[in-house]
Amino acid sequence: MEKHVVVIGGGVAGMEAAGHLQKSGFRVSLFEKEEKPGGHLNDWYKLFPDRRRSSEVKEYLDKITSEDGIKIITGSIIDKIVSDKNQFRISDKDGKEYSADAVIIATGFDLFKSERKEEYGYGIYDNVITSADLEKMFRSGSIELADGRIPETVGIVHCVGSRDEKVGNLYCSKLCCVTAVKQAIEIREHLPSSKVFCFYMDMRMGGAYYEELYREAQEEWGVNFIRGKVSEVSEAINNKLVIKSEDTLAGKPLKMQVDMLVLMAGMEMSEGGLKLSESSGLNKGNNRFFSPADHHFGSNKSNIKGIFYAGTCTMPMNITETISHARAAVSDVIDYLKDSKA
Amino acid sequence: MERFGFAISKGRQIDYDANSRHIAGYISEREPSFRVCIECGCCAATCTTGNFTSFSLRELHILLKRGENESVRENIKKCMLCGKCTLVCPRGVNTRNVVTLARQAFQKFPADAV
Amino acid sequence: MKIDGKKAIWKDYQKEIAEDKFYYVRSCVRQNFFPGSETAFLRIMRDILKKDVFEHPCHTTCTGIGYHSDIVPVETTMTVVARQFALMTESGYENLMPSCITSFGLYTEILDTWHHFPEVEEKIRKQLRKATGREFKSPKNLAHASDVIYKFRKEISAKAKYKLVNKNTGEPLKVVDHIGCHYAKMFPSKGVGGAEYPYVLAGMVEEWGGQVIDYPERRHCCGFGFRQYLVQANRGFSIACSKEKFESMKPFKPDMIITNCPGCPMFLDRWQYVINEMEGKTYGADGEGIPVFTYEEVAGLMLGFDPWDLGLQMHQTDCEPVLEKIGIEYDPAAKYVINGVNTKTNAKAYLTVN
Repeated sequence: MEKHVVVIGGGVAGMEAAGHLQKSGFRVSLFEKEEKPGGHLNDWYKLFPDRRRSSEVKEYLDKITSEDGIKIITGSIIDKIVSDKNQFRISDKDGKEYSADAVIIATGFDLFKSERKEEYGYGIYDNVITSADLEKMFRSGSIELADGRIPETVGIVHCVGSRDEKVGNLYCSKLCCVTAVKQAIEIREHLPSSKVFCFYMDMRMGGAYYEELYREAQEEWGVNFIRGKVSEVSEAINNKLVIKSEDTLAGKPLKMQVDMLVLMAGMEMSEGGLKLSESSGLNKGNNRFFSPADHHFGSNKSNIKGIFYAGTCTMPMNITETISHARAAVSDVIDYLKDSKA
Repeated sequence: MERFGFAISKGRQIDYDANSRHIAGYISEREPSFRVCIECGCCAATCTTGNFTSFSLRELHILLKRGENESVRENIKKCMLCGKCTLVCPRGVNTRNVVTLARQAFQKFPADAV
Repeated sequence: MKIDGKKAIWKDYQKEIAEDKFYYVRSCVRQNFFPGSETAFLRIMRDILKKDVFEHPCHTTCTGIGYHSDIVPVETTMTVVARQFALMTESGYENLMPSCITSFGLYTEILDTWHHFPEVEEKIRKQLRKATGREFKSPKNLAHASDVIYKFRKEISAKAKYKLVNKNTGEPLKVVDHIGCHYAKMFPSKGVGGAEYPYVLAGMVEEWGGQVIDYPERRHCCGFGFRQYLVQANRGFSIACSKEKFESMKPFKPDMIITNCPGCPMFLDRWQYVINEMEGKTYGADGEGIPVFTYEEVAGLMLGFDPWDLGLQMHQTDCEPVLEKIGIEYDPAAKYVINGVNTKTNAKAYLTVN
């Protein structure tokens, strides 16, 4: 009888894993908490570093998950996995139960809730927005201030909720620097007369063509980079945002006004993943992401045999890495089910 | 001042909006590689002048970009134009030309030098 | 600006404030800076709110000024503070209520230190025993006096005679709230509203009818900061701090400033005069200064206390514009009269009599 694998989370990792499980001859159930699969891809407009539309990646994932043998169950929040003699009982929030021979957890990440960095005034000052809010504006085709005016100067704050002990996140979210550069270019594309300032601690451009994109931002788009984290934001009488940072390279504090401030929200373990970890005895690391059995050669294995991880539920990853990680999870599932048959 | 024994201190904050970046603009228009500096400090490390006087081309770069021109005006005269900095720059900035253009700009627009 | 965002943050920073039976510890400097404030506070607490507030005659400085000026070592400071706790314990009180923000910050810091390093507390207990023979219990509740007024702000407005409203226009007065640095910046969870958007004074202003101004330099130090003021050569730095704030708040046309720290009203008030002398600048409407008040003075005014009983004649920046705007009844001729003697025109007579 064909084996049944449950994939929890219908974002990039979950969809990729589901598609490859199906190709490998398994029956697959893919659970997604939202009304449609796609995860964060649905909120993004274009992707770094080549600025292709996120919808192209979504189309690819839709295609591989539309095959017979993959059942997509949306609007379903899985909150417990119980392991029972090579079988897994998976239950959702409403008490509905499913059984599986193996499980891939692909619960992904949540964007850091930027209002927690109180000093930036997200949710208080009208024109402080997040990277996700800006993507929405890109999708709608217009970058506007709260009162409908067009911004002339835009500040971008890197590392919001990352590399920050104050919010309990010591790690680097890895993708925000390149997202900042990508978004800075897109702002300049949309609004050619605008000025864009990136406030960074370190430029961590460690990915294929990231550094080149950074250079392009400087060279072609005149994006300004200021090394120093913004430490406070307030609103002036003209409704502009007053920001303070140190220009650490000039060795002086710096104050300037911008019309709009974009916060590069970092990545955190998803709330769903946290609950699953508590309810099902899955180990977490100090960074609260799922802790794989081995960081070098077992990054898809959990502490429970037969439960595997795919994608950003284990650490921040870009889409390329997520897709590779999801495929590797499928490879682990194949090995596991081959062994357990014996 | 005399009555009180002290005067109100001047801030040392860069007031970005109040500063003029005309000089930086003049350089960047004529030498676009000025824009791609990443402040690594190679230029300053290899510089003969910097080893014996308080001269850092890296610092002058950033100060010009922020419009903190006053301190650059005199300092930039120290460069001997030997070209060592251009030799080592990983971003290919034509640092020698940056210095020449900065000096030119300071002469042409003395009002922007503050 | 979205007020709901602030309200969400305020909700996260609610602290416990005792209901009654307070042990009050005065500030070293406030009785010189703004002599009516602590008296007015006790009058409000005891006569209006009917609370039990106890003061011990043997209470001393907490040494905060010395501590923050690198004169008193921290262990000495802790032992002095332990003695204050001992006096409170001996008097049968558990709710410590300091008048001074720096004292409040220092007490909070010491309690936190002892929490993390119990061996330090043990050492201090020994030292106190050796030096004075006293024992102490740590306070059950530690709230700054402004926390307490915040807690009872509604009771005060229920008995208020006036509101922070311009009687001619009906508009709320625009109020700058300035919080002492040591109130919540070190321990945000110990301040009402936290450190970024403190609500302790904003809550009073709102309740009493005023409108709080959120201006860019609201978090900036007033310029007291102990070390930057105590040495004359550093005072240029001190006054520059105040000036930065005035420049930043001026476009918002504030009617007044309310403060909860000993140093802040002093410097925000006096430095306006000095800046005017040095540079001819003023920051209030119509070329006047911006009147600066302590929260006790504002509470007293709302309750209808006589401005001169509150000590408002001791302000360098005249407070009358605010009195006029609110429509507070007062006798301009009585401003400097104490015990029937005009202390301004006849200081000698006053000094001889008193």
